[in-house]
Amino acid sequence: MDSLRTTLSFFVDPLKYLVDLPTVLVGQAADSVSSYRTLKKENERLREEQLIHQTKLLKLAALEKENIRLRALLENSFKLGEQVLVAELLSINTEPYEHIVVVNKGTRFGVHPQQPVLDANGVVGQVFRALPLTSEIMLITDPNHAIPVQVNRNGLLTIAVGSGQLNRLVLPYLPSNADIRPGDLLITSGLGGTFPQGYPVAVVDEFTSQPNKAFATITATPKALLDRNRELMIVWSDSAPVPFISKPTVNEAEDKTHADK
Amino acid sequence: MQINNYVGFFRIILTLALAMCLRIAPWPVALTVFNPDWVLLTLIYWSLAVPDRVGIFHAWTFGLLTDVLTGRLLGQYALAYSLVIYICLKLHKRLRQFPIIQQGLFIFFCLLLSQLLLFLIKNIQHPGQLHASFWLPVFTGTICWPLVYTVLRFIRLSRRIS
Repeated sequence: MDSLRTTLSFFVDPLKYLVDLPTVLVGQAADSVSSYRTLKKENERLREEQLIHQTKLLKLAALEKENIRLRALLENSFKLGEQVLVAELLSINTEPYEHIVVVNKGTRFGVHPQQPVLDANGVVGQVFRALPLTSEIMLITDPNHAIPVQVNRNGLLTIAVGSGQLNRLVLPYLPSNADIRPGDLLITSGLGGTFPQGYPVAVVDEFTSQPNKAFATITATPKALLDRNRELMIVWSDSAPVPFISKPTVNEAEDKTHADK
Repeated sequence: MQINNYVGFFRIILTLALAMCLRIAPWPVALTVFNPDWVLLTLIYWSLAVPDRVGIFHAWTFGLLTDVLTGRLLGQYALAYSLVIYICLKLHKRLRQFPIIQQGLFIFFCLLLSQLLLFLIKNIQHPGQLHASFWLPVFTGTICWPLVYTVLRFIRLSRRIS
């Protein structure tokens, strides 16, 4: 069935690009008529931002190495490094009831289903279906989507479920006495294997517990600008366990089998 | 004559492609729930006007293409469209005699039937998630029918597609 869909998508995907074309043209026209002054101002601002980020990155390399060493001591896995691909949103509307968006990168760029998708502020969603020229991305606010998260302050693990509204996530599986407060940052926990660990997902904004119910009602606001961003990043994450003890050499292994006998 | 046939058919396909573009056009968020099923309206017009050209096979094909276009379960639009077009083909002689208001009533039931099928299929997949505004495209589609009818009739007469 997937191959049929792939074949048909070659007829249909050009239409998606065609519908997106006016938005692209308007953007390009706005770019080409923006004045020298605004461009210069923007350039200055970006330069400043770049400087700030660069200084933040200086320590990151050292910290990352240290983190890897510490994790090796704990016999834990670590992030080997992540590769990203910038994809642009196509401004088309497929279905009003589901939070699924279409981007302009597909299997031709190596995109595959269940890849995490981020933007500059946090997690956006995951690749739901990859076609040759486009791919469909399910946002974290889709009612059929759930993402494993943890509270950054104390490491409390839970699951954030989409609510069907673009600015709201629901945390339905926490007991009334859970240690969670409005303002807590939720990050991906890395459980489930789809999303790499440690990316910001949402900020808790309401915590109400009713005495007669076992579970609290908690809502959170996604960090990512789900309805405003045109550029998204599709992530390839790669993690491998660090061996705690080096693998036995051939001789040692043979000795061991002899000893067992 | 043969060449004219192919050109005419190409024009029909072009109008259907335009309808598919309208289907996914980026309306403001508040208006998306009103977006009628343009592909089905166009298919209904052509099946009533030139029933020997556009039949169930075309409805099925364009249904499959719409499925891929909107990323739905493969075959749900194909099923809905081919059923509606079958009814239109059965009744096309009578429907041509009707005034446009009465035709509108028939179109309303066609759109309702298609939406009902989609509703049943969606409810099997994820029950109880659909909003009441799911039914709005049926009403806006009925309101848009005179417009679709006039535009496509103009195209058919000016290009002599028969």
